[in-house]
Amino acid sequence: MTTERVGRAGEVSRRIVVHIVLSIVGLAMVFPFIWMLLTSLKTLPQQLNQPLDFWPSPATFQNYIDAWNDAPFAQAYFNSIYIAVLVVIGTLITAAMAGYGFARIKFRGSRVLFVVFLATQMIPTQVTLIPFYFLMAKLGWVDSHLSLIIPAALANPFAVFLMRQFVLSLPKELEEAAIVDGAGRWRIFWGVILPNLRPGLGALAVIVALSTWNNFLLPLVLLNSQGLFTVPLLLQSFSGQFGSINYGLIMAGSAVATIPMLIAFVIGQRRILNSMAASGLGGR
Amino acid sequence: MALFVIVPFAASLVLAFANWDGLNALSWAGLDNFRYELADPLLGRSIINTLLIAVITVPVGLGFAVVIAVALEKLKTRTLYLVLIFSPVVTSSVAVAVIWQQLLREDSPLSRAVGSIFHIPPPDWLQDPHLALIAVCMVSIWSSMGLNVIIFLAGLQNISPSLIEAARIDGAGAISLFFRIRLPLLSPIMFFATVIAFISSLQTFDTVFILTSNAGPDNATRTIVYHIYDLGFGKFQFGPASAASVILLVLTLVITAVQFGAQKKFVHYEDGAA
Repeated sequence: MTTERVGRAGEVSRRIVVHIVLSIVGLAMVFPFIWMLLTSLKTLPQQLNQPLDFWPSPATFQNYIDAWNDAPFAQAYFNSIYIAVLVVIGTLITAAMAGYGFARIKFRGSRVLFVVFLATQMIPTQVTLIPFYFLMAKLGWVDSHLSLIIPAALANPFAVFLMRQFVLSLPKELEEAAIVDGAGRWRIFWGVILPNLRPGLGALAVIVALSTWNNFLLPLVLLNSQGLFTVPLLLQSFSGQFGSINYGLIMAGSAVATIPMLIAFVIGQRRILNSMAASGLGGR
Repeated sequence: MALFVIVPFAASLVLAFANWDGLNALSWAGLDNFRYELADPLLGRSIINTLLIAVITVPVGLGFAVVIAVALEKLKTRTLYLVLIFSPVVTSSVAVAVIWQQLLREDSPLSRAVGSIFHIPPPDWLQDPHLALIAVCMVSIWSSMGLNVIIFLAGLQNISPSLIEAARIDGAGAISLFFRIRLPLLSPIMFFATVIAFISSLQTFDTVFILTSNAGPDNATRTIVYHIYDLGFGKFQFGPASAASVILLVLTLVITAVQFGAQKKFVHYEDGAA
Protein backbone atom coordinates (compact mmCIF):
# COMPACT_ATOMS: atom_id res chain seq x y z
CA MET A 1 0.00 0.00 0.00
CA THR A 2 2.81 2.39 0.85
CA THR A 3 4.64 1.61 -2.39
CA GLU A 4 1.47 2.38 -4.32
CA ARG A 5 1.19 5.73 -2.61
CA VAL A 6 4.83 6.47 -3.39
CA GLY A 7 4.18 5.44 -7.01
CA ARG A 8 1.26 7.81 -7.32
CA ALA A 9 3.20 10.68 -5.75
CA GLY A 10 6.05 9.93 -8.15
CA GLU A 11 3.61 10.00 -11.06
CA VAL A 12 2.23 13.38 -9.99
CA SER A 13 5.67 14.93 -9.50
CA ARG A 14 6.81 13.54 -12.86
CA ARG A 15 3.80 15.12 -14.50
CA ILE A 16 4.61 18.46 -12.87
CA VAL A 17 8.19 18.27 -14.20
CA VAL A 18 6.85 17.53 -17.70
CA HIS A 19 4.54 20.55 -17.46
CA ILE A 20 7.36 22.83 -16.34
CA VAL A 21 9.67 21.67 -19.14
CA LEU A 22 6.94 22.02 -21.76
CA SER A 23 6.05 25.49 -20.48
CA ILE A 24 9.65 26.57 -20.95
CA VAL A 25 9.69 25.06 -24.45
CA GLY A 26 6.38 26.72 -25.31
CA LEU A 27 7.59 30.07 -24.04
CA ALA A 28 10.82 29.75 -26.03
CA MET A 29 8.78 28.99 -29.15
CA VAL A 30 6.65 32.14 -28.84
CA PHE A 31 9.33 34.43 -27.45
CA PRO A 32 10.22 35.79 -30.92
CA PHE A 33 6.58 36.86 -31.33
CA ILE A 34 6.58 38.48 -27.89
CA TRP A 35 9.77 40.35 -28.75
CA MET A 36 8.19 41.44 -32.04
CA LEU A 37 5.22 42.93 -30.15
CA LEU A 38 7.39 44.59 -27.50
CA THR A 39 9.69 46.15 -30.10
CA SER A 40 6.76 47.30 -32.21
CA LEU A 41 5.42 49.34 -29.29
CA LYS A 42 8.68 51.20 -28.66
CA THR A 43 9.39 54.74 -29.80
CA LEU A 44 12.37 55.37 -32.05
CA PRO A 45 14.61 56.90 -29.33
CA GLN A 46 13.80 53.96 -27.07
CA GLN A 47 15.13 51.50 -29.65
CA LEU A 48 18.50 53.22 -29.56
CA ASN A 49 18.99 53.03 -25.78
CA GLN A 50 22.00 50.94 -24.75
CA PRO A 51 21.47 48.49 -23.23
CA LEU A 52 18.15 47.92 -24.97
CA ASP A 53 15.09 48.24 -22.72
CA PHE A 54 13.00 45.10 -22.40
CA TRP A 55 9.62 46.77 -21.88
CA PRO A 56 8.36 49.61 -24.04
CA SER A 57 7.85 52.79 -22.04
CA PRO A 58 5.96 54.71 -23.07
CA ALA A 59 4.10 52.17 -25.27
CA THR A 60 2.99 53.70 -28.56
CA PHE A 61 0.87 52.50 -31.46
CA GLN A 62 2.44 55.09 -33.76
CA ASN A 63 4.56 52.40 -35.50
CA TYR A 64 1.41 50.54 -36.53
CA ILE A 65 -0.14 53.70 -37.95
CA ASP A 66 3.07 54.49 -39.84
CA ALA A 67 3.51 50.94 -41.14
CA TRP A 68 -0.08 50.87 -42.40
CA ASN A 69 0.42 54.23 -44.15
CA ASP A 70 3.89 53.46 -45.57
CA ALA A 71 3.07 50.18 -47.30
CA PRO A 72 -0.15 48.90 -48.92
CA PHE A 73 -0.79 46.06 -46.45
CA ALA A 74 -4.54 46.08 -47.10
CA GLN A 75 -3.96 45.57 -50.82
CA ALA A 76 -1.40 42.81 -50.09
CA TYR A 77 -3.90 41.05 -47.82
CA PHE A 78 -6.52 41.24 -50.53
CA ASN A 79 -4.03 39.81 -53.07
CA SER A 80 -2.89 36.99 -50.78
CA ILE A 81 -6.42 36.02 -49.76
CA TYR A 82 -7.87 35.88 -53.25
CA ILE A 83 -4.83 34.03 -54.66
CA ALA A 84 -5.03 31.47 -51.84
CA VAL A 85 -8.80 31.01 -52.28
CA LEU A 86 -8.53 30.46 -56.04
CA VAL A 87 -5.55 28.10 -55.71
CA VAL A 88 -7.34 26.07 -53.03
CA ILE A 89 -10.58 25.75 -55.05
CA GLY A 90 -8.68 24.91 -58.23
CA THR A 91 -6.44 22.36 -56.51
CA LEU A 92 -9.36 20.66 -54.74
CA ILE A 93 -11.23 20.16 -58.01
CA THR A 94 -8.30 19.04 -60.16
CA ALA A 95 -6.70 16.90 -57.46
CA ALA A 96 -9.98 15.16 -56.59
CA MET A 97 -10.64 14.39 -60.26
CA ALA A 98 -7.12 13.19 -60.97
CA GLY A 99 -6.99 11.25 -57.70
CA TYR A 100 -10.29 9.55 -58.56
CA GLY A 101 -8.96 8.75 -62.01
CA PHE A 102 -5.75 7.20 -60.72
CA ALA A 103 -7.55 5.26 -57.99
CA ARG A 104 -10.48 3.84 -59.93
CA ILE A 105 -10.12 4.14 -63.70
CA LYS A 106 -7.72 1.56 -65.09
CA PHE A 107 -6.47 2.10 -68.59
CA ARG A 108 -3.42 1.06 -70.58
CA GLY A 109 -0.39 2.70 -68.99
CA SER A 110 -2.27 4.18 -66.03
CA ARG A 111 0.27 2.73 -63.60
CA VAL A 112 3.20 4.10 -65.57
CA LEU A 113 1.53 7.49 -65.76
CA PHE A 114 1.04 7.48 -62.00
CA VAL A 115 4.68 6.61 -61.32
CA VAL A 116 5.87 9.36 -63.69
CA PHE A 117 3.48 11.68 -61.92
CA LEU A 118 4.89 10.79 -58.49
CA ALA A 119 8.43 11.16 -59.76
CA THR A 120 7.75 14.77 -60.69
CA GLN A 121 7.14 15.39 -57.01
CA MET A 122 10.79 14.62 -56.38
CA ILE A 123 11.80 17.60 -58.52
CA PRO A 124 11.98 20.67 -56.32
CA THR A 125 10.34 23.79 -57.79
CA GLN A 126 13.69 25.50 -57.34
CA VAL A 127 15.23 23.23 -59.98
CA THR A 128 12.77 24.35 -62.64
CA LEU A 129 12.62 27.97 -61.49
CA ILE A 130 14.38 29.49 -64.48
CA PRO A 131 12.53 27.66 -67.30
CA PHE A 132 9.31 28.17 -65.36
CA TYR A 133 9.99 31.90 -65.35
CA PHE A 134 10.51 31.95 -69.12
CA LEU A 135 7.40 29.84 -69.69
CA MET A 136 5.45 32.41 -67.71
CA ALA A 137 7.11 35.20 -69.72
CA LYS A 138 6.07 33.49 -72.99
CA LEU A 139 2.49 33.30 -71.73
CA GLY A 140 2.63 36.96 -70.70
CA TRP A 141 2.01 36.06 -67.05
CA VAL A 142 5.06 37.68 -65.49
CA ASP A 143 3.99 40.45 -63.12
CA SER A 144 0.50 38.95 -63.11
CA HIS A 145 -1.26 36.82 -60.51
CA LEU A 146 -2.11 34.26 -63.20
CA SER A 147 1.41 32.85 -62.88
CA LEU A 148 0.82 32.16 -59.19
CA ILE A 149 -2.71 30.76 -59.58
CA ILE A 150 -3.05 28.66 -62.76
CA PRO A 151 0.07 26.43 -62.53
CA ALA A 152 -0.42 25.88 -58.80
CA ALA A 153 -4.08 24.94 -59.24
CA LEU A 154 -3.45 22.58 -62.15
CA ALA A 155 -0.24 20.82 -61.19
CA ASN A 156 0.12 19.70 -57.60
CA PRO A 157 1.35 16.08 -57.56
CA PHE A 158 1.25 15.90 -53.76
CA ALA A 159 -2.43 16.87 -53.73
CA VAL A 160 -3.28 14.27 -56.39
CA PHE A 161 -1.44 11.60 -54.44
CA LEU A 162 -3.25 12.50 -51.22
CA MET A 163 -6.64 12.43 -52.97
CA ARG A 164 -5.83 9.08 -54.61
CA GLN A 165 -5.13 7.62 -51.17
CA PHE A 166 -8.42 9.00 -49.84
CA VAL A 167 -10.40 7.61 -52.80
CA LEU A 168 -8.74 4.19 -52.36
CA SER A 169 -9.94 4.17 -48.74
CA LEU A 170 -13.59 4.60 -49.82
CA PRO A 171 -15.57 1.33 -50.11
CA LYS A 172 -16.23 0.29 -53.71
CA GLU A 173 -19.86 -0.55 -52.89
CA LEU A 174 -20.60 3.16 -52.78
CA GLU A 175 -20.00 3.48 -56.51
CA GLU A 176 -21.42 0.11 -57.43
CA ALA A 177 -24.82 1.14 -56.16
CA ALA A 178 -24.67 4.25 -58.33
CA ILE A 179 -23.56 2.24 -61.37
CA VAL A 180 -26.54 -0.07 -60.94
CA ASP A 181 -28.69 3.04 -60.98
CA GLY A 182 -27.14 3.85 -64.36
CA ALA A 183 -24.96 6.81 -63.32
CA GLY A 184 -21.95 7.69 -65.50
CA ARG A 185 -18.41 8.48 -64.32
CA TRP A 186 -19.17 12.17 -64.23
CA ARG A 187 -22.26 11.78 -62.04
CA ILE A 188 -20.50 9.27 -59.78
CA PHE A 189 -17.67 11.74 -59.27
CA TRP A 190 -19.85 14.71 -58.37
CA GLY A 191 -22.64 12.82 -56.62
CA VAL A 192 -20.86 9.99 -54.80
CA ILE A 193 -17.09 10.52 -54.61
CA LEU A 194 -16.87 14.22 -53.92
CA PRO A 195 -19.29 14.29 -50.94
CA ASN A 196 -17.49 11.31 -49.37
CA LEU A 197 -14.10 12.94 -49.80
CA ARG A 198 -15.05 15.86 -47.59
CA PRO A 199 -12.62 15.13 -44.71
CA GLY A 200 -9.74 14.63 -47.13
CA LEU A 201 -10.64 17.78 -49.05
CA GLY A 202 -10.72 19.74 -45.81
CA ALA A 203 -7.23 18.58 -44.86
CA LEU A 204 -5.93 19.33 -48.33
CA ALA A 205 -7.50 22.80 -48.30
CA VAL A 206 -5.71 23.68 -45.06
CA ILE A 207 -2.34 22.51 -46.36
CA VAL A 208 -2.64 24.17 -49.75
CA ALA A 209 -3.90 27.44 -48.23
CA LEU A 210 -0.96 27.55 -45.83
CA SER A 211 1.71 26.78 -48.40
CA THR A 212 0.21 29.21 -50.94
CA TRP A 213 -0.02 31.96 -48.34
CA ASN A 214 3.60 31.51 -47.25
CA ASN A 215 5.12 31.03 -50.70
CA PHE A 216 7.94 33.51 -51.21
CA LEU A 217 10.37 32.50 -53.96
CA LEU A 218 7.82 32.44 -56.80
CA PRO A 219 6.19 35.81 -56.01
CA LEU A 220 9.68 37.27 -55.53
CA VAL A 221 10.74 36.19 -59.00
CA LEU A 222 7.45 36.72 -60.82
CA LEU A 223 5.98 39.96 -59.43
CA ASN A 224 7.41 43.44 -59.92
CA SER A 225 4.61 45.92 -59.20
CA GLN A 226 4.05 46.72 -55.55
CA GLY A 227 0.29 46.75 -56.08
CA LEU A 228 0.41 43.03 -56.91
CA PHE A 229 2.58 41.99 -53.94
CA THR A 230 1.48 39.23 -51.58
CA VAL A 231 1.83 39.77 -47.82
CA PRO A 232 5.25 38.04 -47.45
CA LEU A 233 6.65 39.84 -50.48
CA LEU A 234 5.40 43.22 -49.25
CA LEU A 235 6.89 42.59 -45.81
CA GLN A 236 10.23 41.72 -47.39
CA SER A 237 10.33 44.90 -49.49
CA PHE A 238 9.09 46.95 -46.52
CA SER A 239 11.81 45.60 -44.25
CA GLY A 240 14.43 46.14 -46.94
CA GLN A 241 13.32 49.78 -47.15
CA PHE A 242 13.40 50.59 -43.44
CA GLY A 243 15.34 47.61 -42.06
CA SER A 244 18.42 49.24 -40.63
CA ILE A 245 16.74 52.44 -39.48
CA ASN A 246 13.53 51.90 -37.60
CA TYR A 247 13.18 48.50 -35.96
CA GLY A 248 9.91 49.39 -34.27
CA LEU A 249 8.35 50.14 -37.64
CA ILE A 250 9.61 46.84 -39.10
CA MET A 251 8.25 44.88 -36.16
CA ALA A 252 4.90 46.66 -36.47
CA GLY A 253 4.87 45.63 -40.14
CA SER A 254 5.75 42.04 -39.19
CA ALA A 255 2.95 42.04 -36.62
CA VAL A 256 0.49 43.28 -39.24
CA ALA A 257 1.66 40.46 -41.51
CA THR A 258 1.59 37.65 -38.90
CA ILE A 259 -1.01 38.37 -36.21
CA PRO A 260 -4.09 37.73 -38.41
CA MET A 261 -2.64 34.35 -39.43
CA LEU A 262 -1.89 33.47 -35.81
CA ILE A 263 -5.42 34.40 -34.74
CA ALA A 264 -6.87 32.33 -37.59
CA PHE A 265 -4.67 29.44 -36.49
CA VAL A 266 -5.78 29.65 -32.85
CA ILE A 267 -9.44 29.70 -33.93
CA GLY A 268 -9.05 26.75 -36.31
CA GLN A 269 -6.27 24.96 -34.42
CA ARG A 270 -8.08 21.66 -33.96
CA ARG A 271 -8.82 21.31 -37.65
CA ILE A 272 -5.40 22.59 -38.76
CA LEU A 273 -3.42 20.32 -36.43
CA ASN A 274 -5.54 17.30 -37.41
CA SER A 275 -5.06 18.04 -41.11
CA MET A 276 -1.34 18.29 -40.65
CA ALA A 277 -1.16 15.04 -38.70
CA ALA A 278 -3.48 13.17 -41.09
CA SER A 279 -1.62 14.04 -44.23
CA GLY A 280 1.67 13.55 -42.50
CA LEU A 281 4.30 15.58 -44.09
CA GLY A 282 2.64 17.66 -46.73
CA GLY A 283 2.67 21.20 -45.43
CA ARG A 284 6.13 22.26 -46.43
CA MET B 1 0.28 19.32 -65.27
CA ALA B 2 2.49 18.30 -68.19
CA LEU B 3 2.82 21.92 -69.23
CA PHE B 4 3.80 23.33 -65.86
CA VAL B 5 5.99 20.57 -64.46
CA ILE B 6 7.40 18.41 -67.25
CA VAL B 7 8.06 21.19 -69.78
CA PRO B 8 10.07 23.38 -67.37
CA PHE B 9 11.92 20.28 -66.21
CA ALA B 10 12.89 19.29 -69.75
CA ALA B 11 13.76 22.90 -70.50
CA SER B 12 16.03 23.10 -67.48
CA LEU B 13 17.90 20.05 -68.75
CA VAL B 14 18.25 21.69 -72.18
CA LEU B 15 19.33 25.03 -70.73
CA ALA B 16 21.97 23.32 -68.64
CA PHE B 17 23.73 22.37 -71.86
CA ALA B 18 23.16 25.65 -73.71
CA ASN B 19 24.40 29.21 -73.97
CA TRP B 20 21.56 31.63 -73.46
CA ASP B 21 21.22 35.17 -72.19
CA GLY B 22 17.42 35.13 -72.16
CA LEU B 23 17.07 37.19 -75.36
CA ASN B 24 19.01 35.74 -78.27
CA ALA B 25 18.87 32.30 -79.82
CA LEU B 26 20.09 29.26 -77.94
CA SER B 27 23.39 27.68 -78.88
CA TRP B 28 24.77 24.33 -77.88
CA ALA B 29 27.36 24.56 -75.10
CA GLY B 30 28.02 20.92 -74.37
CA LEU B 31 29.41 20.50 -70.89
CA ASP B 32 30.72 24.08 -70.71
CA ASN B 33 28.14 25.18 -68.15
CA PHE B 34 28.96 22.25 -65.92
CA ARG B 35 32.69 22.85 -66.34
CA TYR B 36 32.14 26.52 -65.52
CA GLU B 37 29.98 25.70 -62.51
CA LEU B 38 32.19 22.98 -61.10
CA ALA B 39 35.13 25.41 -61.26
CA ASP B 40 33.08 28.15 -59.57
CA PRO B 41 34.30 28.41 -55.95
CA LEU B 42 30.91 29.87 -55.00
CA LEU B 43 29.17 26.63 -56.03
CA GLY B 44 31.48 24.59 -53.81
CA ARG B 45 30.79 27.03 -50.99
CA SER B 46 27.03 26.73 -51.59
CA ILE B 47 27.08 22.94 -51.60
CA ILE B 48 29.11 22.77 -48.38
CA ASN B 49 26.87 25.32 -46.66
CA THR B 50 23.71 23.55 -47.80
CA LEU B 51 24.98 20.17 -46.59
CA LEU B 52 26.09 21.69 -43.28
CA ILE B 53 22.63 23.18 -42.76
CA ALA B 54 21.00 19.82 -43.51
CA VAL B 55 23.37 17.83 -41.32
CA ILE B 56 22.87 20.18 -38.35
CA THR B 57 19.18 20.98 -38.76
CA VAL B 58 17.77 17.51 -39.44
CA PRO B 59 19.14 15.50 -36.46
CA VAL B 60 18.89 18.33 -33.93
CA GLY B 61 15.42 19.37 -35.07
CA LEU B 62 14.01 15.84 -35.22
CA GLY B 63 15.69 14.90 -31.93
CA PHE B 64 14.06 17.77 -30.07
CA ALA B 65 10.76 17.04 -31.77
CA VAL B 66 10.74 13.37 -30.67
CA VAL B 67 11.46 14.29 -27.06
CA ILE B 68 8.76 16.96 -27.03
CA ALA B 69 6.27 14.58 -28.68
CA VAL B 70 6.96 11.87 -26.07
CA ALA B 71 6.46 14.40 -23.27
CA LEU B 72 3.24 15.69 -24.84
CA GLU B 73 1.86 12.19 -25.32
CA LYS B 74 1.88 11.64 -21.54
CA LEU B 75 -0.44 14.59 -20.93
CA LYS B 76 -4.20 14.72 -21.20
CA THR B 77 -4.39 18.45 -21.87
CA ARG B 78 -1.86 19.46 -24.43
CA THR B 79 -3.73 21.82 -26.75
CA LEU B 80 -2.08 24.95 -25.33
CA TYR B 81 1.42 23.56 -25.76
CA LEU B 82 0.64 22.36 -29.28
CA VAL B 83 -0.65 25.80 -30.26
CA LEU B 84 2.46 27.49 -28.86
CA ILE B 85 4.85 25.06 -30.54
CA PHE B 86 3.01 25.07 -33.86
CA SER B 87 2.61 28.85 -34.20
CA PRO B 88 5.91 29.36 -36.11
CA VAL B 89 4.71 26.89 -38.76
CA VAL B 90 1.78 29.13 -39.75
CA THR B 91 4.04 32.18 -39.89
CA SER B 92 5.49 33.05 -43.29
CA SER B 93 9.20 32.45 -43.66
CA VAL B 94 9.65 36.14 -44.45
CA ALA B 95 8.14 37.25 -41.15
CA VAL B 96 10.17 34.56 -39.36
CA ALA B 97 13.39 35.92 -40.87
CA VAL B 98 12.51 39.56 -40.22
CA ILE B 99 11.62 38.87 -36.58
CA TRP B 100 14.75 36.80 -35.96
CA GLN B 101 16.88 39.54 -37.48
CA GLN B 102 15.95 41.60 -34.44
CA LEU B 103 16.49 38.74 -31.98
CA LEU B 104 19.95 38.01 -33.35
CA ARG B 105 21.26 41.54 -33.00
CA GLU B 106 24.17 42.05 -30.66
CA ASP B 107 22.03 44.00 -28.15
CA SER B 108 18.97 41.71 -28.14
CA PRO B 109 17.91 39.88 -24.96
CA LEU B 110 18.81 36.55 -26.61
CA SER B 111 22.39 37.55 -27.46
CA ARG B 112 22.88 39.09 -24.02
CA ALA B 113 21.55 35.96 -22.31
CA VAL B 114 23.88 33.77 -24.36
CA GLY B 115 26.75 36.14 -23.53
CA SER B 116 26.13 36.04 -19.80
CA ILE B 117 25.61 32.25 -19.67
CA PHE B 118 28.89 31.52 -21.44
CA HIS B 119 30.75 34.57 -20.05
CA ILE B 120 31.53 35.93 -23.50
CA PRO B 121 30.66 39.25 -25.14
CA PRO B 122 27.14 39.10 -26.63
CA PRO B 123 27.46 37.43 -30.05
CA ASP B 124 26.61 39.42 -33.15
CA TRP B 125 25.19 36.41 -34.98
CA LEU B 126 24.47 37.81 -38.39
CA GLN B 127 27.72 39.72 -38.88
CA ASP B 128 29.99 36.86 -37.86
CA PRO B 129 30.68 34.44 -40.75
CA HIS B 130 30.79 31.38 -38.45
CA LEU B 131 27.76 32.25 -36.37
CA ALA B 132 25.62 33.28 -39.34
CA LEU B 133 25.28 29.68 -40.54
CA ILE B 134 24.42 28.52 -37.02
CA ALA B 135 21.81 31.27 -36.84
CA VAL B 136 20.25 29.99 -40.07
CA CYS B 137 20.13 26.47 -38.58
CA MET B 138 18.55 27.71 -35.33
CA VAL B 139 15.83 29.54 -37.22
CA SER B 140 15.13 26.52 -39.44
CA ILE B 141 14.86 24.25 -36.42
CA TRP B 142 12.56 26.72 -34.66
CA SER B 143 10.25 27.17 -37.61
CA SER B 144 9.84 23.48 -38.49
CA MET B 145 9.61 22.17 -34.91
CA GLY B 146 5.81 22.28 -34.73
CA LEU B 147 5.28 20.24 -37.87
CA ASN B 148 7.68 17.50 -36.74
CA VAL B 149 6.14 17.37 -33.26
CA ILE B 150 2.63 16.95 -34.72
CA ILE B 151 3.78 14.15 -37.00
CA PHE B 152 5.62 12.28 -34.23
CA LEU B 153 2.76 12.75 -31.81
CA ALA B 154 0.37 11.20 -34.32
CA GLY B 155 2.83 8.32 -34.71
CA LEU B 156 3.14 7.77 -30.96
CA GLN B 157 -0.62 7.74 -30.55
CA ASN B 158 -0.80 4.91 -33.09
CA ILE B 159 1.41 2.63 -30.97
CA SER B 160 -0.92 0.19 -29.29
CA PRO B 161 -1.01 0.71 -25.50
CA SER B 162 -0.94 -3.06 -24.94
CA LEU B 163 2.64 -3.20 -26.28
CA ILE B 164 3.77 -0.54 -23.81
CA GLU B 165 1.87 -2.29 -21.01
CA ALA B 166 3.45 -5.66 -21.85
CA ALA B 167 6.94 -4.18 -21.79
CA ARG B 168 6.21 -2.43 -18.51
CA ILE B 169 5.07 -5.70 -16.93
CA ASP B 170 8.33 -7.24 -18.12
CA GLY B 171 10.04 -4.59 -16.03
CA ALA B 172 11.04 -2.02 -18.62
CA GLY B 173 11.77 1.45 -17.18
CA ALA B 174 10.92 4.76 -18.80
CA ILE B 175 14.25 5.01 -20.61
CA SER B 176 14.32 1.50 -22.02
CA LEU B 177 10.63 1.87 -22.96
CA PHE B 178 11.66 4.89 -25.03
CA PHE B 179 14.68 3.31 -26.74
CA ARG B 180 13.46 -0.29 -27.06
CA ILE B 181 9.75 0.16 -27.77
CA ARG B 182 8.69 3.66 -28.77
CA LEU B 183 11.65 4.61 -30.94
CA PRO B 184 11.70 1.38 -33.01
CA LEU B 185 7.94 1.56 -33.53
CA LEU B 186 8.26 5.18 -34.53
CA SER B 187 11.07 4.46 -36.98
CA PRO B 188 8.97 4.32 -40.18
CA ILE B 189 7.64 7.81 -39.41
CA MET B 190 11.12 8.95 -38.37
CA PHE B 191 12.41 7.73 -41.69
CA PHE B 192 9.80 9.60 -43.66
CA ALA B 193 10.30 12.77 -41.62
CA THR B 194 14.07 12.52 -42.14
CA VAL B 195 13.73 12.19 -45.90
CA ILE B 196 11.36 15.15 -46.14
CA ALA B 197 13.37 17.30 -43.73
CA PHE B 198 16.54 16.61 -45.68
CA ILE B 199 14.92 17.54 -48.98
CA SER B 200 13.55 20.77 -47.55
CA SER B 201 16.92 21.66 -45.95
CA LEU B 202 18.55 21.22 -49.34
CA GLN B 203 16.11 23.87 -50.62
CA THR B 204 16.93 26.50 -47.99
CA PHE B 205 16.49 29.94 -49.55
CA ASP B 206 14.08 32.30 -47.78
CA THR B 207 16.05 32.39 -44.53
CA VAL B 208 19.46 33.05 -46.06
CA PHE B 209 18.02 35.58 -48.49
CA ILE B 210 16.31 37.70 -45.83
CA LEU B 211 17.75 36.82 -42.42
CA THR B 212 21.37 37.07 -43.50
CA SER B 213 20.57 39.63 -46.21
CA ASN B 214 21.83 38.06 -49.43
CA ALA B 215 23.74 35.06 -48.12
CA GLY B 216 25.50 36.61 -45.16
CA PRO B 217 28.92 38.12 -44.58
CA ASP B 218 31.35 36.86 -47.21
CA ASN B 219 28.81 34.35 -48.63
CA ALA B 220 28.89 32.51 -45.30
CA THR B 221 25.32 31.30 -45.72
CA ARG B 222 25.16 30.99 -49.50
CA THR B 223 23.06 27.91 -50.32
CA ILE B 224 22.53 26.12 -53.62
CA VAL B 225 19.10 27.60 -54.22
CA TYR B 226 20.43 31.07 -53.40
CA HIS B 227 23.26 30.38 -55.85
CA ILE B 228 20.74 29.46 -58.57
CA TYR B 229 18.67 32.56 -57.85
CA ASP B 230 21.75 34.79 -57.84
CA LEU B 231 23.16 33.40 -61.11
CA GLY B 232 19.81 33.41 -62.89
CA PHE B 233 18.01 36.51 -61.68
CA GLY B 234 20.96 38.52 -60.37
CA LYS B 235 23.56 37.94 -63.08
CA PHE B 236 21.37 36.60 -65.93
CA GLN B 237 23.66 33.61 -66.45
CA PHE B 238 20.89 31.14 -67.23
CA GLY B 239 23.10 28.35 -68.54
CA PRO B 240 25.28 28.06 -65.42
CA ALA B 241 22.20 28.57 -63.22
CA SER B 242 20.50 25.62 -64.94
CA ALA B 243 23.64 23.54 -64.54
CA ALA B 244 23.55 24.35 -60.81
CA SER B 245 19.86 23.30 -60.76
CA VAL B 246 20.73 19.94 -62.26
CA ILE B 247 23.48 19.53 -59.66
CA LEU B 248 20.91 20.27 -56.93
CA LEU B 249 18.56 17.68 -58.39
CA VAL B 250 21.30 15.04 -58.57
CA LEU B 251 22.34 15.80 -54.98
CA THR B 252 18.72 15.48 -53.79
CA LEU B 253 18.24 12.17 -55.60
CA VAL B 254 21.54 10.71 -54.35
CA ILE B 255 20.89 11.66 -50.72
CA THR B 256 17.34 10.33 -50.87
CA ALA B 257 18.55 7.09 -52.46
CA VAL B 258 21.17 6.69 -49.72
CA GLN B 259 18.47 7.20 -47.09
CA PHE B 260 16.24 4.59 -48.71
CA GLY B 261 19.22 2.23 -48.77
CA ALA B 262 19.92 2.83 -45.09
CA GLN B 263 16.29 2.33 -44.10
CA LYS B 264 16.55 -1.48 -44.32
CA LYS B 265 19.01 -1.41 -41.46
CA PHE B 266 17.36 1.10 -39.15
CA VAL B 267 13.66 1.11 -39.86
CA HIS B 268 11.44 -1.40 -38.14
CA TYR B 269 8.06 -2.14 -39.70
CA GLU B 270 5.57 -3.63 -37.30
CA ASP B 271 3.95 -5.98 -39.79
CA GLY B 272 7.25 -7.01 -41.34
CA ALA B 273 6.45 -5.39 -44.69
CA ALA B 274 8.92 -2.93 -46.12
